[in-house]
Amino acid sequence: MNKHTREPSTQNRGNTIAISRRELLAVSAASATAAALPHAVVAQPSASGASTPGSAIPTAKVSLQVNGAGHALELDTRTTLLDALREHLRLTGPKKGCDHGQCGACTVIVDGRRINSCLSLAVMNEGRNVTTIEGLGKPGSLHPMQAAFVKHDGYQCGYCTPGQICSAVAMLGEIQAGIPSHASADLAVPPRLTAVEFRERMSGNICRCGAYSNIVDAIVEVSGAKA
Amino acid sequence: MKSFTYERARSPLEAAAAASRTQGAKFIAGGTNLLDLMKLEIEQPTHLIDVNGLALDKIEPTSDGGLRIGALVRNTDLAADMRVRRDYGVLSRALLAGASGQLRNAATTAGNLLQRTRCPYFYDTNQPCNKREPGSGCSAIGGFSRQHAVIGTSDACIATHPSDMAVAMRALDATVETVGSSGSTRRIPIADFHRLPGNTPHVETTLQPGELITAVTLPRPVGGMHSYHKVRDRASYAFALVSVAAIVQKDGSGRIALGGVAHKPWRLEAADAALPQGVKAVAARLFDGARTTHDNEFKLPLAERTLAAALTQAKG
Repeated sequence: MNKHTREPSTQNRGNTIAISRRELLAVSAASATAAALPHAVVAQPSASGASTPGSAIPTAKVSLQVNGAGHALELDTRTTLLDALREHLRLTGPKKGCDHGQCGACTVIVDGRRINSCLSLAVMNEGRNVTTIEGLGKPGSLHPMQAAFVKHDGYQCGYCTPGQICSAVAMLGEIQAGIPSHASADLAVPPRLTAVEFRERMSGNICRCGAYSNIVDAIVEVSGAKA
Repeated sequence: MKSFTYERARSPLEAAAAASRTQGAKFIAGGTNLLDLMKLEIEQPTHLIDVNGLALDKIEPTSDGGLRIGALVRNTDLAADMRVRRDYGVLSRALLAGASGQLRNAATTAGNLLQRTRCPYFYDTNQPCNKREPGSGCSAIGGFSRQHAVIGTSDACIATHPSDMAVAMRALDATVETVGSSGSTRRIPIADFHRLPGNTPHVETTLQPGELITAVTLPRPVGGMHSYHKVRDRASYAFALVSVAAIVQKDGSGRIALGGVAHKPWRLEAADAALPQGVKAVAARLFDGARTTHDNEFKLPLAERTLAAALTQAKG
């Protein structure tokens, strides 16, 4: 297991008084970890952002734009983008499913492209713009894809849903950009908005509840395709 | 995951020099395979050299009418490039048959070539594996070997190379360009880039320590009908049991490379020469000396039939 040097993030929470159960548990865990890891083990990074060899737990600095807000972090170099979002920025929308790039629950959009945030180190994303499900829309102002998932019942347990929605939003952008897929019959022409294309392109997002047909219905509605 | 120090390289030469002077260093680009293996502690680099800032992300024409693909070109961008779709369709098709949209967005050209095997015993650190721990033995031989290689194997290893992209590049006679720690550059024909397992299955390529891939070049287009047939357990997002990259000309000549059957993309020019004689002749040459297990003997007829499908499609 990773041992991160955790510090409760204050960037997003300055005006929040109510503390949820999840946050309370997270803060407790952070305190316990902090007690076990004295400050001395945090290496001083060099000016270039590179980590310092020879220190007990190498750390490095990284700046991320997440859902429009800038964050400057100093992280254990092992911290994945997913763990940085969840454990350091308290954005628990991206989910840790398999943690090996097989399930897609951790899908976020980086500089307009969907990636598995579990298979990217946070420090590899210096200066990049990250959009999580929290950045797409909120209750009362849902992104059209979020609204369509609700309307079409595109989930059961909901664990894969943030990844499914981020993936679907970026996937439609890929079709719009003319990127072909395994389901595209002709590489010489722009890909089409069809359910067959959507199914192939969404194969990196696994739903163990099996809500696939409803997920496709939601995507079809947002895309404007004739299923 | 074991801890590691981290730096961002600013030039290919600087990256290669850093890799050769730092014990336990590895390059990281997309990270989609390396981080997976680091989490399992199958890979344990003590220092990572991030090469993402090296500006090796262009696809450019070469002076002899081919294409030079930067090492950092993402799989999505390579598959979507109009020149690749038009002139090297087998490569687009192979890329699009691999992985998922998310992974193709992150995975790079060079990283795809350097993928490790998905042999389940390589991944299971409780089991002996000559590739992971040289000399410890091969659990796949005599084990569950449905996915494994049928040709070019050794008594030390029957793992397959998992890449689709590399199979197409083998059919296209691509060349891997590198820079070494001293600044010297090399051009390695893809046929010589991946190694057969022999007695050293942990040595998978002919790269030297610290040597960095900077580009893959494709020769000028050869025309013909391009196809990539991939047979797998799921309709999408699964590694090949068998795949066939085919480039077939109007006169019936052409090139065939196979995936899922060997420790490297499998092409024999002698088998290409047998194309006018038909599928059976080609398959007989490709699999001359094949060694199958009870679990994977199905790959021989499967490959022959997949090849037949590819050639039938090429005839139109």
